[in-house]
Amino acid sequence: MIILKLANPVLAIVIAPFLLGVINRTKAVFAGRRGQPLFQTYYDIFKLFRKGAVYSRTTSWIFRTGPLLGFAVTLTASLLMPFGGLPAAISFNGDLILFIYLFGLMRFFTVISAMDTGSSFEGMGASREVTFSALSEPALLIGLAAIAKCTGFISLNQMFSTVVPGLWISSGAVLILTAFALLIVFLAENCRIPVDDPNTHLELTMIHEVMVLDHSGPDFGFILYSAVLKMWLLGQVIIGITVPIHTHNIWIDTSSAMAAMLILAVLVGIIESSMARLRLLHVPQLLIGATTLSVLALVLR
Amino acid sequence: MNNTADLIMIFLVLTNLMLLGLSRMGACIRIVALQGVVLSFLPLILNQWNFEMHLVLFSIVIISLKGGVFPWMLNRTLRELSIQREIEPFIGYGISIIAGTIAFLTCMWLSHRLPFPQPLMSPLIVPVAFFTIMSGLFLIISRKKALTQVLGYLVLENGIYAFGVALVKQQPMLVEIGVLLDIFVAVFVMGIAIFHINREFDHIDTDQLSRLRS
Amino acid sequence: MILALLLIPVIAAVLSLIIRNDMLRRIILILAAIGHTCVTIIAWSIEPAPLFNGWIMLDKLGLLFLTITSVLFLACSFYTFGYLAGEARNKKQVFEEETIFTNAPEAIFCACIEAFLATMTLVTVSQHFGILWVAMEATTLASAPLIYFHRHHRSLEATWKYLLICSVGIALALLGNFFIVIADTKPAAEGTAIVLNALIQEGHNLNIQWLKAAFLFFLVGYGTKMGLAPLHTWLPDAHSEAPSIISALLSGALLNCAFLAILRCYQVCSAAGEAKFCQGLLVLFGLISIAWAAIFILGQADYKRMLAYSSVEHIGILALGVGIGAGATFGAVLHAVNHSVAKAMLFMVAGNLIAIYKTKTTKEVQGILSVSPITGVLWLGGFLAISGMPPFGIFVSEFTIVKSMIEQGRIGIAIAFLSLLAVVFVGMSAAFLNMTQGQKNDNLQVKDRPAGVFKILPPLALGAMTLMLGLYIPPVFDRLLHSVASAIGGY
Repeated sequence: MIILKLANPVLAIVIAPFLLGVINRTKAVFAGRRGQPLFQTYYDIFKLFRKGAVYSRTTSWIFRTGPLLGFAVTLTASLLMPFGGLPAAISFNGDLILFIYLFGLMRFFTVISAMDTGSSFEGMGASREVTFSALSEPALLIGLAAIAKCTGFISLNQMFSTVVPGLWISSGAVLILTAFALLIVFLAENCRIPVDDPNTHLELTMIHEVMVLDHSGPDFGFILYSAVLKMWLLGQVIIGITVPIHTHNIWIDTSSAMAAMLILAVLVGIIESSMARLRLLHVPQLLIGATTLSVLALVLR
Repeated sequence: MNNTADLIMIFLVLTNLMLLGLSRMGACIRIVALQGVVLSFLPLILNQWNFEMHLVLFSIVIISLKGGVFPWMLNRTLRELSIQREIEPFIGYGISIIAGTIAFLTCMWLSHRLPFPQPLMSPLIVPVAFFTIMSGLFLIISRKKALTQVLGYLVLENGIYAFGVALVKQQPMLVEIGVLLDIFVAVFVMGIAIFHINREFDHIDTDQLSRLRS
Repeated sequence: MILALLLIPVIAAVLSLIIRNDMLRRIILILAAIGHTCVTIIAWSIEPAPLFNGWIMLDKLGLLFLTITSVLFLACSFYTFGYLAGEARNKKQVFEEETIFTNAPEAIFCACIEAFLATMTLVTVSQHFGILWVAMEATTLASAPLIYFHRHHRSLEATWKYLLICSVGIALALLGNFFIVIADTKPAAEGTAIVLNALIQEGHNLNIQWLKAAFLFFLVGYGTKMGLAPLHTWLPDAHSEAPSIISALLSGALLNCAFLAILRCYQVCSAAGEAKFCQGLLVLFGLISIAWAAIFILGQADYKRMLAYSSVEHIGILALGVGIGAGATFGAVLHAVNHSVAKAMLFMVAGNLIAIYKTKTTKEVQGILSVSPITGVLWLGGFLAISGMPPFGIFVSEFTIVKSMIEQGRIGIAIAFLSLLAVVFVGMSAAFLNMTQGQKNDNLQVKDRPAGVFKILPPLALGAMTLMLGLYIPPVFDRLLHSVASAIGGY
């Protein structure tokens, strides 16, 4: 069923920017403002695509490739994840490692296109990003490994389709530990508070924003798009564990998964509104804590 | 994993890891108190919730001591000393958590190799008890503030208590009285010692208590 | 009778807290010590009845250590009489670093010292491992305020280290207790209480792995209390900062009681057939202790710390002796007696030196013989006694241990042992001889009031005792020593 298999990437492209709108609206509600329109991210992306780009003379083809590659990578990754009742388009044994490494590839190109500009400012952001991702990748990998051990499959498609309420009753502790660890990884990878503030203008506190400062026009549009796609995909991993509804009816499963994603977005908005950003020196502790939770989930039986 | 004992053990592991990674002493005192209170239910759970008189009595005594008296005393000391956080310890927080994880894995491996005379209710109790003992010792060795060292001692006692309750079924009195006595008088005396240290030195950095050398 | 042994010091402690008069308190201390020693002497001829169904009983091993403790305490109580009188005269004192400090109230001192005696007595009479553990914990708590008698920051630091390290050690020993219970567990039956005799009878039914783990934890846990390196780190600080009489009691009595606790577990292990394993561990820790002490005695600037490290060394010799086994066990047991007596004597004389010279630094103390001849003779005599010079007792015990080592063919250990002893001798003799000879430092203000009879007689008596033990061991004592040695697996 080709249509069914392509539904996931299509859904991702269409609905992912809406998530960001929900998060921003939640933060606005908490702050007592009216906030941006829910579809603001779509407007931003279209606006950026219509603009022209400005390239610095010191950059090379790497700088131009980075954003495109990021977008391509996240699209490819969306082919690997199942969503609700929709199966993944491509699925083979061990595709969870490909999943993680695709994100690694995207991060690698973001970092080197940041360093390609030759500005020490972007270099600082790049070094911070690499440090934190070095600590969060083990958490993600071991967390997925824990789920694989729990369900007995090593393909993302099969892993998430077998997470049923029965599994929660028998291995509830493992799943809850993994869910917490993955939530922390979600916050770290998507540059949310408490790891990184997406609205900050202070150079001392930027991590992700500073890497993409020099991109403009369609490049920046692609970067924004790939960021929301990454959020969508990592969110799918979390709700894949926490919302084990598999009633074999596509409509019920998919709509419940969609509702869960929206609830996750609201939850992230609440977390962002109620916490302050951690001091940069304390972020490694948080990430190591996430890794430890994943290790615990892996070891317990 | 539907065993209450298992859940308590996982909770214990998480509290130990948090203690290894936290620097705010008020939070640490609360966590240790929580550990003690949760552990006091362990004998009842291991006895399959049969409410025998002496078990209930001991649980009540332990809850009041570990959950009420000690945190109160330690918090009072904290207030009088007007310190909030641990200063940078000998072994940094991130590395402490990693070391704690490795220690936990080692304890799980070790417990598989030990022969047990009676079947245990939960496979997690012995490794978690050993892990708690190790994190208590780790806290004592790697922290500089005397208050955190006392907390490390309390965690050590929690671990020994958990081990005793799980394995020493025939002599519950030995376990209960031993641990109670150990904690009760030692913490009181240590609390008094910390008070004197602060009065004498104006701080409780045991790292700076290094006039006596070689 | 055992009840009398325990109650006499407890009642004296309670009375010390209530009574206001200093002199009366000190007299009660001496009376309690005399009473305790009298009951102990009676226990030599009449075997006391066991209490609590055999949980508290005085066997040969306990009797020996009880005697050492009691005699030592008697000598110390006389010394304390003079010491407290001297301390009361100068209320505020000027310490080495020109700071002024106060002392703790005398009532607390007397009460704690008597409680200390009570808890040590309890250690010697416990047959149940649980009660033994409680008693050891109680000794830590009773002795901590004693170390903090002089209220200044160095003694506070020493007290904190003592409390923390010893409490951790004893917590580990509690874990060892649990391991023994598990070793004793039979799957179907109700377990027996962990009383020494019952465990020895059960010897072959005990689970070997758990028993070995139990011995290891006992060795590490009580070894902290005993002063085995590398767990001894509290010892030099506590001994150098505590009042000298407390250092004498700690070195002479407390370390022995901790050793007794380890020996009890050793007895159970040998009944189970694991003697070789335990002996290997004891030899290892013994040699490490002697080596560590030897390194730190060389060039030690503070003479009380030097005496503390000497205690570590002799504790190592004790462990080594029991670890070698056979004839060396007798040597170790005799060594326990001799070391306690000689070390207590040395610490008392050190206390006199501090009172005269007001300093603990070796370099600043010179010409003792010219300033106070009696103290000088005692100091030199104590040095000869502790370093193993014949005809003092320590020579006999060390000789017995070396003889047994050579008989068993363990030449390597014997050579290491003798060379380490030589190193210690060189280090200590340099310090001691420099201190006793020469002219006194002219710019040093020396107290010209001679030490009273209460501060001279006890060390003199102890010195005479160790001299006598080197020349002639009374047959009744010899019999006791041999029966103790055979209880620990030697002869």
